[in-house]
Amino acid sequence: MSPERKTKKAPAKKPAAKKPAARSSPVRPSPRVVLDAKIPPGPIAEKWDNYKADMKLVNPNNKRGFKVIVVGSGLAGASAAATLAELGYDVHVFTFHDSPRRAHSIAAQGGINAAKNYRGDGDSVQRLFYDTIKGGDFRSREGNVYRLAQVSVNIIDQMVAQGVPFAREYGGLLDTRSCGGSQLQRTFYARGQTGQQLLLGAYQQLARQIGLGNVKLWNRSELVDVVTIDGRCAGIVTRDLVTGAVQSHAAHATVLATGGYGNVFFLSTNAMACNITAAWRAHRKGAYFANPCYTQIHPTCIPQADETQSKLTLMSESLRNDGRIWVPSREGDDRSPSQIPEAERDYYLERMYPSFGNLAPRDISSRAAKRAVDSGRGVGPLKNGVYLDFAAAIGRLGRDVITERYGNLFEMYERITGEVPYEVPMRVYPASHYTMGGLWVDYELTTTIPGLYAAGEVNFADQGANRLGASALMQGLADGYFVLPYTIGNYLAPMLNKPIPGVDHPEFQLAEQAASTRFGNYLDIRGSRSPDWFHRELGKIIWEHCGMDRTAAGLRQALSDLPALYEEFKTDLRVTGDGASVNQTLEKAGRVDDFFELGMLMCRDALERRESCGGHFRSEYQDSEGEAQRDDANFAHVAAWEFTGDPMKAVRHKEELKFETIHLAKRSYK
Amino acid sequence: MKNLENLVLRIWRQSGPDDPGRFQSYRIDSISDEASFLEMLDVLNEKLIGEGLEAIAFDHDCREGICGTCSLMIDGQPHGPQRGTATCQLHMRKFSSGETITVEPWRATAFPIIKDLIVDRAPFDRIVEAGGFITATTGGAPEANLTPVPKPVAEAAMDAAACIGCGACVAACPNGAASLFTAAKVSHLNLLPQGQAERWSRVEAMVETMEQYFGSCTNHGECEAACPKSISIDFIALMNKDYLSAKLKNRALISRT
Ligand SMILES: Cc1cc2nc3c(=O)[nH]c(=O)nc-3n(C[C@H](O)[C@H](O)[C@H](O)COP(=O)(O)OP(=O)(O)OC[C@H]3O[C@@H](n4cnc5c(N)ncnc54)[C@H](O)[C@@H]3O)c2cc1C
Ligand code: FES
Repeated sequence: MSPERKTKKAPAKKPAAKKPAARSSPVRPSPRVVLDAKIPPGPIAEKWDNYKADMKLVNPNNKRGFKVIVVGSGLAGASAAATLAELGYDVHVFTFHDSPRRAHSIAAQGGINAAKNYRGDGDSVQRLFYDTIKGGDFRSREGNVYRLAQVSVNIIDQMVAQGVPFAREYGGLLDTRSCGGSQLQRTFYARGQTGQQLLLGAYQQLARQIGLGNVKLWNRSELVDVVTIDGRCAGIVTRDLVTGAVQSHAAHATVLATGGYGNVFFLSTNAMACNITAAWRAHRKGAYFANPCYTQIHPTCIPQADETQSKLTLMSESLRNDGRIWVPSREGDDRSPSQIPEAERDYYLERMYPSFGNLAPRDISSRAAKRAVDSGRGVGPLKNGVYLDFAAAIGRLGRDVITERYGNLFEMYERITGEVPYEVPMRVYPASHYTMGGLWVDYELTTTIPGLYAAGEVNFADQGANRLGASALMQGLADGYFVLPYTIGNYLAPMLNKPIPGVDHPEFQLAEQAASTRFGNYLDIRGSRSPDWFHRELGKIIWEHCGMDRTAAGLRQALSDLPALYEEFKTDLRVTGDGASVNQTLEKAGRVDDFFELGMLMCRDALERRESCGGHFRSEYQDSEGEAQRDDANFAHVAAWEFTGDPMKAVRHKEELKFETIHLAKRSYK
Repeated sequence: MKNLENLVLRIWRQSGPDDPGRFQSYRIDSISDEASFLEMLDVLNEKLIGEGLEAIAFDHDCREGICGTCSLMIDGQPHGPQRGTATCQLHMRKFSSGETITVEPWRATAFPIIKDLIVDRAPFDRIVEAGGFITATTGGAPEANLTPVPKPVAEAAMDAAACIGCGACVAACPNGAASLFTAAKVSHLNLLPQGQAERWSRVEAMVETMEQYFGSCTNHGECEAACPKSISIDFIALMNKDYLSAKLKNRALISRT
C-alpha cells in the first residue's frame, strides 16, 4: 500500500437515530445533451484511418503535464493505463482489488476472437464485423464494430509479444477453435484460462510502468463519486477500503474501465465484488446509461445447488465444441442418463438449429434450455439443469484429447458437484454472465460528460443486444490498447497550458462530504437486515421479471416491488463494524444501494423496449417458432437514459442506429 | 445432499495491524455439504450480523480458483486439506459434523495482517514490477505467427504461468520464502522466445527484489504441496540456474559495452 494515501479522517461510527441513507452530492441534470456518435466520414473500412489522420496530437514532451485517471485494472483498464503511460501521460490507476492482477477479467475461460484467418477458413475483418452485428441482433453501431474487427488482429500480435502462452499447433504456430455464433475457427485460447493469461500480459505491462514510476497505483481504493465542474469531468472521489478515508483526485481526463453489472441478479458468474457503483455514480452526475436491459444469460453454468449459494460457476462455451446438449424426450424421466437410450433423448439444439447445432448463440441456447426445464424435462436432483454430454467426443477423440482441451474445466466441475464429467454428463443451466448495456459512449469512447471515458464491459458500444463468445476480451483490449490512447489525445491537445480545477474546488469538497455522509448513514440506520439479504431479494425480483423471459405485466410488478424493497433498505439496513477499518459489510451496502437504482432502470428500459432482440426477450414479441421478433421500424435505436434525481423518473433519449453497410435481416441460426 | 451439524470454527480475529489478535470460537449448524467453505463463512457472517456483531473479514473474489484472492490457512494447511485446490473451491463435503476447524490468515513476515484473515501481499507486485514482464510497448508488436513457439515450450510456459499469485507457497514455507511464486513468473517468460532479450536482467532483478522482502529457500518443497495450481518446484531449479548464468552473463554483456 502506498504511504501517501491518507489525507482525511474517516467518519467514526456514532450512534444516531434511524434515518434514511443519504444520496451522494446534489444532482444537477446536465444541460441538454445531443447524442452524436461522432462517426467519422468515409466508407466503413476507412473511418478509423480517417479519424487517426485528422485527430489532434499532443507533443511527447507535453504529455507528462496531463494527468489521466484510470479506474479499473481489468483488460480494458490495464491495457489503457499501460499504453497511456508508455506514451508519456501521468497515469493514476485505481482498483478496489489488492492487486491489479485480480480484476474479474482473470476469470474468462474460453478465448478471444480475432480475424486473423490463420486457418484459411474464409475469415476476414468484414466477416467478424458482420458476425458481431448479427450476433448483437442488429442493435450495435456499425462504425464501432467495424473498428473492433479491424484492431482484433493487432491484439493477438500485441499479446503474443507480451508473452501470453497461447495454445499452439505442433509446428509452433497459433492454434484456434470455434465459439458460439460463428462457423469459423477464429478463437485464440490459452487452455481454459485465456482471461487469466491475457490479464497477466496486460498487468505485466502495467507493472513495468508502475516500476518505472510512470503510473501511480491506488489499490484497495474504491471510486465513490465522479466530480464534474463546468460541464466536464474534473476527477473522482475515492474511499480507502483499509482506512475508510475519503479523498479527491483531480485529473485532465478520467477513464472508467470498471466492468459489468451482472451481479445485479445476485447469483451470477461474475466475481463477488463486481458492481455498478462507478458507472452509476457517473450516471448520477450526467453520464447517460444505454440499454440497461441488454443483459446476457449464459447457457452453460453449474445449476444452483441450494439456498445459501453465493455465486454460480460458468462452464466455458468452448465445451460446446465437443459436448452435446440434451434432455430426456419424456417429461419426468427419472432414469440416470446412461440408462436413457439415444432414441429417448432430445438433442434440442441440434434439432432446432441444424446448421449451428450446439454452437448456437448464447441467448438462443439459454432460452431453449429454460424451455426444456420449464417443460418438466430438467435433470439433476433439483430438476434444474440440462445435460452437456462428452460421451460421443470421448468415444471419437479419446479421453486424452478431451483432457488436453478441457481438463481444468472438468476438474473445476468435479470439485463443485462431486461428479466426474468423464463418466456422467455435466449438468448445466443458464445464469447471468455479462452485460451489453452500460454507459453511453460515442466513437471516441467519451460518455456524455466530456473528459469522462468508458472502456470495456462498462460501456455499451459494441455488443448490441447479445454478445458473441470470446468477444468481450477482444473489446476490452481493443478499447484499452488501440482506441483510447488515440482518442484521449484528441481531447487533451486543446487543454495544453490551461489550468484545471484542483481538489480544493468546492465541488470536490461537496462530493467528499456527501460520500462520507452516505457511508456514515449506512452504519447509522441500525435496522435488522444485512446488505447481502437485500441483495439476494433484489436479485430474485430481477431474475424473475427481467431475466430470460420478460413481460409487460412482470416488469410492472418489478417496478412496484423494487421501490418498496429499496425503501426498506433505506430504513432497515444493518451494517455492523465501523467506518475506519476494513468493513466488507459497509462496502457491500454502498454497492447494493447502487444496484437498487440500476435494477429499476433496467426494468424500465425492458418495459419501454417493446420488441425482442438478443438477450432482451419479451414474451409478447415472438414469432410462431418462439424466436425473438425485432421491431426495426420502431426500435432500431439505442435507448440512452438521463438521470433526473430518481431512476423511476429517468428520461429516455434515442440514438438512431444507421445501417449503411449491413442489410437488416432476421437473425437465423437454423 | 446432507447437512453438517455442530461445527466449531476457531477463527483468528484481529481488528488491525496493531492488535495482537486472538482465536475466537463460533458454533454453526445446518450447513449443506454442497456449500463451499466460503459460503459456510458467509452463513456465519450473516449470523454474526444478525447478532449485531462485526462480520469476519476475509479476502475472496472469483470463487473459482483463478483470481488468487482467497487466502485461508485451514487446520494449518494453506487452502485446506484438498490438494491442488484454492480455498474458494473447497467444499463442505470434505468435512464432517462435529469437527473443529481452525481458520487463520497467511502467516509470513512479508505479508502483514490488515484485519482478521486479510493480509497485505503487495510484495508480490513489487517483484513483478522489478522485471516480470516483456518490454513490448503497444503498437510495435510483430505479426504473431512470425515466431513459432514449439508446443512443448508453450505448454511448459503455460504450466508456470498458471500461478494465481495467492501466496500459499509463502504461507507454507517454514522460511517464508517466495521462490515458487518468483520462479513461476520468471520461468513463464524466460522459457518463451519472446522473453529471451530480457532473460538475464529479468531473473536478476526479480530474485533480488524477492530477497528484499522474503526469507531464503532451503528446498523444503512445502510450497509445491500447498500450491492450488500444483506448480512444480522444478521451476525453482530453472530460476536458480538462470540466476547463476545471469550473474556471469550480465557482467559479460556490460563489459562488452
Ligand atoms: C466466468 C466468466 C468467463 C468469461 N469468459 C470469457 C471469454 O472466454 N471470452 C470473452 O471474450 N469474455 C469472457 N467473459 C467476459 C469478460 O471476461 C469480461 O467482459 C471482461 O473481462 C471485462 O473486462 P473489463 O476490463 O471491462 O472489466 P473487469 O475485468 O471486470 O475489471 C474491472 C476493474 O474495475 C475495478 N473497479 C470496478 N469498480 C470500481 C470502483 N468503484 N472503484 C475502483 N475500482 C473499481 C475492479 O477492481 C477491476 O480492476 C467472461 C466472463 C465471466 C464472468
Ligand atoms: S476467490 Fe479467486 S481464487 Fe479463490
